[in-house]
Amino acid sequence: MSDRPIGDLAALRRAAPSTLLPAVLTATGLADGYVTRPSPLGDVYVAFNDEGVSAVDVATDPARFEARFAERFGRPAVPAAALPEALAARIDRAIAEGRPGALPLDLRSVTPFQAAVLAKTAEIPRGEVRPYGWVAGEIGRPGATRAVGSALARNPVPVVIPCHRVVRSDGVLGRYSLGEDANKRRLLEMEGLDVDGLAALAARGVRLVGSDTTHVYCHPTCGHARRITDAHRVEFRSAADAERAGYRACLRCRPAAAA
Amino acid sequence: MDAPPLDTLTAALAADLDGAFPDLVRLLQDDLFSGALRLTGGWADAEDVAQEAFVRAYRALQGYPPERIRALRLRGWMWTIALNLCRNRARSRARRPETALGEGVEPPDTGVGPEQAALDADGSGRLGALVAGLPWAQRRGVVLRHVVGLSYEEIAAAVERPVGTVKADVHRGLARLRAAVGTEEAP
Repeated sequence: MSDRPIGDLAALRRAAPSTLLPAVLTATGLADGYVTRPSPLGDVYVAFNDEGVSAVDVATDPARFEARFAERFGRPAVPAAALPEALAARIDRAIAEGRPGALPLDLRSVTPFQAAVLAKTAEIPRGEVRPYGWVAGEIGRPGATRAVGSALARNPVPVVIPCHRVVRSDGVLGRYSLGEDANKRRLLEMEGLDVDGLAALAARGVRLVGSDTTHVYCHPTCGHARRITDAHRVEFRSAADAERAGYRACLRCRPAAAA
Repeated sequence: MDAPPLDTLTAALAADLDGAFPDLVRLLQDDLFSGALRLTGGWADAEDVAQEAFVRAYRALQGYPPERIRALRLRGWMWTIALNLCRNRARSRARRPETALGEGVEPPDTGVGPEQAALDADGSGRLGALVAGLPWAQRRGVVLRHVVGLSYEEIAAAVERPVGTVKADVHRGLARLRAAVGTEEAP
């Protein structure tokens, strides 16, 4: 009996599809999958794993994104063959609304302090902004304003956790981690915020506004503050000024915590 | 990115499983996929089997102490895992009469160019169908020896049978293929 093969059995070999390696690495948790999704800032890269969405980023090309992801998270991101439809809908909704909502997030890469900053930031409503010092006060770390800034600069999921809604108390928008700083203004303006108006107010030293009918004071962009008519609007330089004038802090935007 | 050769990979896996595992996939994915394609008879089945085999291998390696990983003969070991998956797929495929063995062995969406399609139509397509029609033990032997390129010793370890039995399976399978080819080539 001959062991000589017939025909060309070796020609029955086929190269594995290019999707196999990414599928194995994501299934074993050795890599995150990623896709691109539309956002108000153009297409963004969205990485995810079994825990949830791990990163939102902008980059000029996939290779650049993959390099940034690997450097930051210590594991590769590989193109996902397909995005589960339910996850795609949740991602698109979270990006459009600028809040996580039902979208699961993988925040294992951040410290407990950063996680607290991100969770608080996620509560800021669309079209409104809060000072860095407010976030620090709300999480029980008054004075940690600078650390809040650093934590937000390292936000792994910008837009979805709306770090663009945290600004300096002097009305300057501050740095933004997703793409360029100007993106922060773009996002806020798309949410309907009058950025120049807010800056002009801050330039006059105004940090808070109140209503002389309710005697409640708010952050200027709070939904309640925006309902105050000009005739009844009162301006304050600080929470202490407002309290001295007999005003109480709004329960919705809690301005007392602002530094 | 070039993967390191297989004989240095066990040491790398033992030292840093997560770091070295992608190289294991890179090194063996064409073997696993080609073998699974000819053993299951379906492109999608082969993709599933190859993926599942690597995932199971990773989970198993996570539980092995380093000295056990260093002592592994990776190629045969991977096929021990993959063969069970292939056999289950081949069986369930055989129970689906609408998808005869040997059909659907090309990628969906006409990823195959006209030249490749022509080649398959008169050459490997028919040979592939004949291989797919062999009894399991013979098909397993022929595919692992002559498509994947394992040694008889590696095959024997993977199927947990004596080398002599594996050789006999391969010889019988080849003889059957030769007879079938001869019949088809006769005028």
